[in-house]
Amino acid sequence: MFDRLTFRHGVHPPELKQLTADVRVRRLPYPKEVVLPLSQHTGKPAKPLVRVGDRVERGDLIAELDGWVSSPIHASASGTVTDIGLWPHPDGTFKTAIRIAVEPFSAQIPRPRLVPDWHGLSRDGLLEAIRHAGVVGLGGAAFPTHVKLKPPPDKPIEMILVNGCECEPYLTTDHRSMAEFPERIHLGIRIMMKILGVSKVVIGVERNKPDAIAALERTKPADLDVSILALTVKYPQGAEKMLIKAVTGREVPSGKLPLDVGVVVQNAASVATIAEVFETGLPLVERIVTVTGLGIRKPSNLIVPVGTKLGDLITACGGMTDDAREIVFGGPMMGAPQANLETPLTKGTTGVLVLAERECKTQDSYPCIRCGHCLDACPVFLNPQQLGKLAGAGRYEEMEADFHLIDCMLCGCCSYVCPSNIPLSQQFAAAKVALRQRKTAAA
Amino acid sequence: MSDNRFLVTASPHLRSRDSTPAIMWSVVGSLVPIIAFAVYYFGPSALLVILASVVGAVGTEAAFGKRGAPRDGSAAITGLLLGLCLPAGIPLWMAILGGAFGIGFGKLLFGGLGQNIFNPALLGRAFLQAAFPVALTTWPAVKDVPWWSLRGDNFALPLMSAKVDAVTTATPLGLMKFERVATSVGDLAFGTTAGSLGETGAILILLCGGFLALRNYLNWRIPASILLTVAVFVGILHLIDGARYPTPLFMVLSGGLMLGAVYMATDMVTSPVTNRGAWIFGAGIGFLVVLIRLWGGLAEGVMYAILIMNALVPFINRATQPKVFGVPATGGKP
Repeated sequence: MFDRLTFRHGVHPPELKQLTADVRVRRLPYPKEVVLPLSQHTGKPAKPLVRVGDRVERGDLIAELDGWVSSPIHASASGTVTDIGLWPHPDGTFKTAIRIAVEPFSAQIPRPRLVPDWHGLSRDGLLEAIRHAGVVGLGGAAFPTHVKLKPPPDKPIEMILVNGCECEPYLTTDHRSMAEFPERIHLGIRIMMKILGVSKVVIGVERNKPDAIAALERTKPADLDVSILALTVKYPQGAEKMLIKAVTGREVPSGKLPLDVGVVVQNAASVATIAEVFETGLPLVERIVTVTGLGIRKPSNLIVPVGTKLGDLITACGGMTDDAREIVFGGPMMGAPQANLETPLTKGTTGVLVLAERECKTQDSYPCIRCGHCLDACPVFLNPQQLGKLAGAGRYEEMEADFHLIDCMLCGCCSYVCPSNIPLSQQFAAAKVALRQRKTAAA
Repeated sequence: MSDNRFLVTASPHLRSRDSTPAIMWSVVGSLVPIIAFAVYYFGPSALLVILASVVGAVGTEAAFGKRGAPRDGSAAITGLLLGLCLPAGIPLWMAILGGAFGIGFGKLLFGGLGQNIFNPALLGRAFLQAAFPVALTTWPAVKDVPWWSLRGDNFALPLMSAKVDAVTTATPLGLMKFERVATSVGDLAFGTTAGSLGETGAILILLCGGFLALRNYLNWRIPASILLTVAVFVGILHLIDGARYPTPLFMVLSGGLMLGAVYMATDMVTSPVTNRGAWIFGAGIGFLVVLIRLWGGLAEGVMYAILIMNALVPFINRATQPKVFGVPATGGKP
């Protein structure tokens, strides 16, 4: 029966989670410097409130939110602001960031509660507290949580879906969150239920994490309607639309959001973070991150201050092996490559992959032989073969008008299966960017 | 600050182990038992003819294709498949010419791998059939000849008329069509009949194709659809007039249908990319095969049926675009 709890198509990449699946989360010693980009979330960048030379304590607001779809930034360590300027950003560009020289002898102990106790708060009070604590989704896109938790009044929400799939190979961030901090997940659920006024909650976990499922079952509060579903292990099971399809059987209409089918999806680590900010009284200043791959000497699951630089993180994990060849933020299927060890981790960084030479061997590319494997892999039923042909010819408008490019979520399944190694999802990403630019230019 | 020792490539950073050459060489490998059977059954002539068409195909690819193109294995498949649908006694220069035509005009002229519309092996055969109709329909006898004897004048010089002194016979389809003699199903299934090199032995072909289908190197829907269509169409006719029309089993097992359905129609480049399209494509082939075999002037129709449907593949693809996730069935554009 459980086999029906999935979606159609998709791929089965090697899971490769064994490096860190059973490694307990440990805390990283504070680095000498943290760098906090003003744009770590979907939406408008935060506006800086500090000046060079200012002393800040851990948890201090250093950049305020700008509008509704935005999120504030807090100091993730006590120290002194040394610079506010351009700095390498995980997206490959340079973006404005606040650099803080960390106080070497600070105990990094927070002052009294910066986030109020949740018990006495109303729904709006909870929402405001989450908003000002800088809570965003920790699954990658870093969408501000308060926006997700305040759907328009004409869209009734029936169900909260906690996404514990973690379908990306290698990563174990959500896995460890669920296995080690299940109470936090349940507290986060309780708070979300209160805000949304929803009584039904489903936690979807891929079946390859039995310890996480057991921990969640064990700590489940008796008074809440929470069910934990073991889902088929398949990529991209953790994509919002695929997860909703697997659990509810509903298809989110093209161009619409989960809330259009009455569902709010929040990733497991993000749910835990909602609880964490209320528990500790500290805004979002740290997160769990998986550092893994055959190119790192000591694969680990770490609690790190947001803004920790890649180089410091690698050093804390025993350094790189001699054959380390490529570094990726996120999972191997959708993650972004990094060339600069000064790049900081942001709130949305789910993992750091250090791939060894043998994990990233280059392969020859061949012409498309129309095998159709990409059509059988695409979870949203696009025709990557035709899209790829059009992309190669630069016919982006046709891709959008006739072949639903807009529904492509760049999951990479087509590129994964392509026997000719055509970089399909890369071409589609480029096509999307080009179309956006053309539209902006036309407007 | 940038460290040049790091690669910067786009995601996904994992790739499946499949590769285009791996697919092509697996197809070549899966043909080995069929070739071995042809050699066992038709003697050294079989090996010579198959080698000659491979030389023609691969040689042309090497001479006029992209540098290193023969390494992807696709030209080898063309050569092998062409060889398997030729009679054992054909002069070798014709086999070489057929392979060269198939690759040169059937593939390279369109732009090489992945660009061609028609199955190159079948195009090569169609050319030979048009140019040398007699040689292409001279079937050596299969019984009462020593294994090592050549089954025809394989070493005839180009454009000289071949010495026809080999014992010849008719194929089961020829017998059925022109002499109204039925061949036993057992002979057809196990390949002990006259015919082209690789079209005898329906069961062996099915097994070899099954291996490819299990590895997802062959879309099983295409042969399934072809065989089903032929069986149902002929079955209905047989029920109407059992004396005039053959049984479905005879139709399915005889001639080049099995080789065509399993190996020719499933050529990835020249068959539809969508699974719904594969069913339609197969049904079209099956329908045309029966039409040509029963009412056409030829005993066999698999080659033309596949070539005609090859031409329709772009239209089939366009008509069978998948229904996109979250788009209502009627609301989406093609």
